[in-house]
Amino acid sequence: MEYPNIVDLKTFIIVAVIKIVLLVFILLTAVAYTTLLERKVVARIQNRWGPTKVGPFGLLQPLADGIKFILKEDMVPDSVHKGLYILAPMLALAMSLIAIAIIPFGQSLTIAGKQIPLQVTGVTQADGSLGDIGIGVLIILGATSIGVYGVALAGWSSNSKYSLLGSLRASAQMISYELALGLSLVGVLLLAGTLSLRGIVNSQIAPCVSPGNCDHPWLGLSWLRWIPHWYIFPQFIAFFIYLMAAFAETNRIPFDLPEAETELVAGYHTEYSAMKFAMFFMAEYVNMFTVGCVATLLFFGGWHGPAVPWAPSIVQALLPVFYFAIKVLFFIFLYIWIRGTLPRFRYDQLMAFGWKFLLPLALANIIVTSFIVAWSA
Amino acid sequence: MIHQILFIVFGLICVAGAINLLAQRHPINSALSLVVVMSSLALIYLLLGAEFVAAIQVIVYAGAIMVLFVFVIMLLNAGAEERTRGSHIALLVGVPGVIVLASVIGWTLINSGHEFGKVTISATNFGDTHNIAGLLFKNFLLPFELTSVLILIAIMGAVVLGRRSG
Repeated sequence: MEYPNIVDLKTFIIVAVIKIVLLVFILLTAVAYTTLLERKVVARIQNRWGPTKVGPFGLLQPLADGIKFILKEDMVPDSVHKGLYILAPMLALAMSLIAIAIIPFGQSLTIAGKQIPLQVTGVTQADGSLGDIGIGVLIILGATSIGVYGVALAGWSSNSKYSLLGSLRASAQMISYELALGLSLVGVLLLAGTLSLRGIVNSQIAPCVSPGNCDHPWLGLSWLRWIPHWYIFPQFIAFFIYLMAAFAETNRIPFDLPEAETELVAGYHTEYSAMKFAMFFMAEYVNMFTVGCVATLLFFGGWHGPAVPWAPSIVQALLPVFYFAIKVLFFIFLYIWIRGTLPRFRYDQLMAFGWKFLLPLALANIIVTSFIVAWSA
Repeated sequence: MIHQILFIVFGLICVAGAINLLAQRHPINSALSLVVVMSSLALIYLLLGAEFVAAIQVIVYAGAIMVLFVFVIMLLNAGAEERTRGSHIALLVGVPGVIVLASVIGWTLINSGHEFGKVTISATNFGDTHNIAGLLFKNFLLPFELTSVLILIAIMGAVVLGRRSG
């Protein structure tokens, strides 16, 4: 069998494994420090200090938490459905990591004469161009929809009524909001004309060197050329639908009914402890990162930002990753900010909001966008 | 070579999932086996180069439809099914029927397999999103739209039935 697109299969596999190890390490560290950031920011919002005791400013708190999770007794309650009880957290974490594997964090780095794309699934093609999975957006949606099983099975296999109620709420909520989530992305896909995440990012840099050479001058006004051609501007409705649906998908406040403490103890992971609980926790935070990454790629121009021509070349090479990280961090901060600000929805409000408001709005957005795309084609 | 190994691996997983689906007594386990079958089918599509179909298979079947199955099983709290002896008619008609069907399919494949078209994996990208879209919205637009109307009617029928009983 020929692999026309891959230069060398062995190199590809070795490079991919190194990239996976690095990504998982960086990501899980980021997840650990996001928990600290969350506790700190929410504490400041509530006018208190948050963790301060472990290390300077509480900076070693995530480490202490991690050690605690690992050293705790790994308890499996009696009368759970054992196989599924163990499978559920693994499934949740695995699916969240699969989604992040598709994300391109930047163009590419040249290490030891080899061009290495900053994407776990990315390859350098024989002609030197960067290959990408043609269905990146769909893989993320697919991984999200399989991830629902983790939550659903956790609640069911725990054999506890709070867990079951939590997981029923979670699966109903995730199925409902997945529709709005998927449909909100269609507007961007129509404008970009591709499902590949790299393609979508690259379609957001319009060649605007001289006023006469501008592909899409904003509203025909050449003095608005400095505004980046991110899809957030033409697709701001889609962006807000995406943001709300994604918050619901990740079960975060104001959509955290599956783990409403006052009603359900802790929802679907009530019966989980030690590392299995930590896996759900990590899955939730990795999903938050995925949401931030997808929003950055689809609506905020991905790794593009103002160029710094006077900087040394190592800074130049890492600048795109920096821009990407800044944009994703903004979304993480937004999550925490909203958590510290908003109360929880009531269940019927949640369902009505998803089905009667977000879904029709997303459909209307698709129709209007398609008309405009067809008109200008 | 790698394609063949992967095909055999996922094919075996697919068949094992299908057998497990029948053998399991608890509905949740059966439903999850069906998820395994659908996911491995998606991977086989992927091996054939039909990436779009593979993704849709995961999102629609393994994701949406089977999650609803599992959801309903959880909601009804269905327990393990009871074993019965099975009916005599099923034994008398079913087993010979399966044997006859399997031998007809096998005989056809062995005798005139060379007359069937062969799927070739090439760089023509026959399964990518552009080509699928071209087929659906140019060559087969009418059947495609008729199917969607059919599904819409089915949804509306379900809503009407659901309202009547409630």
